[in-house]
Amino acid sequence: MPMVEVAGKEFEVDEEGYLVNLADWDENIAGYLAQEEKVELTENHWEVVNFLREYYGEYQIAPAIRVLTKAIAKKLGADKGNNKYLYELFPYGPAKQACKIAGLPKPTGCI
Amino acid sequence: MNDEMDMEEEGGVVKQFMFVNRKAPYGTIYALEGLEVVLISAAFEQDVSMAFIDDGVYELKKGQDTKSLGQKNFSPTYRALEGYDIEKLYVERESMEARGLTEEDLLVDVVVLDRAEMAAKMDEQDVLISF
Amino acid sequence: MLHIVNKSPYERNSLESCLRMASKGSAVLLIEDGVYGATKGGSFEGKIQAAMADVKVYVLGPDLSARGMADRVLDGVSVVDYGGFVDLVAEHSNCQSWL
Repeated sequence: MPMVEVAGKEFEVDEEGYLVNLADWDENIAGYLAQEEKVELTENHWEVVNFLREYYGEYQIAPAIRVLTKAIAKKLGADKGNNKYLYELFPYGPAKQACKIAGLPKPTGCI
Repeated sequence: MNDEMDMEEEGGVVKQFMFVNRKAPYGTIYALEGLEVVLISAAFEQDVSMAFIDDGVYELKKGQDTKSLGQKNFSPTYRALEGYDIEKLYVERESMEARGLTEEDLLVDVVVLDRAEMAAKMDEQDVLISF
Repeated sequence: MLHIVNKSPYERNSLESCLRMASKGSAVLLIEDGVYGATKGGSFEGKIQAAMADVKVYVLGPDLSARGMADRVLDGVSVVDYGGFVDLVAEHSNCQSWL
């Protein structure tokens, strides 16, 4: 699988660009993964990325989009816990893009 | 997770689906595969429940730690089910007792049913999916 | 002789077959789902305890921990790690896996 080097650190991604080893993740790598997705990370993006990492840490899965929006609404408020807001941040799908940037594995059941 | 599958079919038929879990975790792939299918099924907005009978009750045992096994500990994922609106988890009392387990040993809130109640619950399902 | 059992006694009869055949002085090692056979409070407890009069019973620690059962091993059963597993195989002249 392809190896990538960012800020002097080497890590592996799979053929779709997902980080292979969750433990490799750091903010520089997130920056690289975001660049690959053509997403410019703002504070609002980080909020979602960090939320996903926390969710994964607790449940060991990436949440389905419906579950993600609901959980974000609960934690960050209804103005952020909705599809419109999340798709504005991650135009090609919060599930795919935000998970990838967060260094999570390819989500379960993602077709 | 799936971005495209977030569909809300108005007036679709809702059936009762029960996922029947009968295998211990880690020794075989059934428990993990079953759990993944359940999570995916949540997207279809059906009436989903899970039954834990025989060695399936071991899936819910607290305190699983797979660090020295080199396998992923998927037991925390059962606690995510609530967020997927899968809240009907039934555990057969006789299976638990035969294995020296009590409700306090389990890592999620469940409904404990005795064998006859579990059988009745299974009878009333539209679809049973076994793992 | 070393006997190895990797199936749950509540699902298969491998452990029972093993215990029927294990002669005095032999060793039984429970691994993978077999470790449930060495835990307290279950309906298999009596059978293992009876067997321990004649055979020595070992259980693989990492498999116990993975299943959240490390704190309820039956008294008299020895917990071994992977190194201990290797030692057991080396110490015994032969080995039967009850798959």
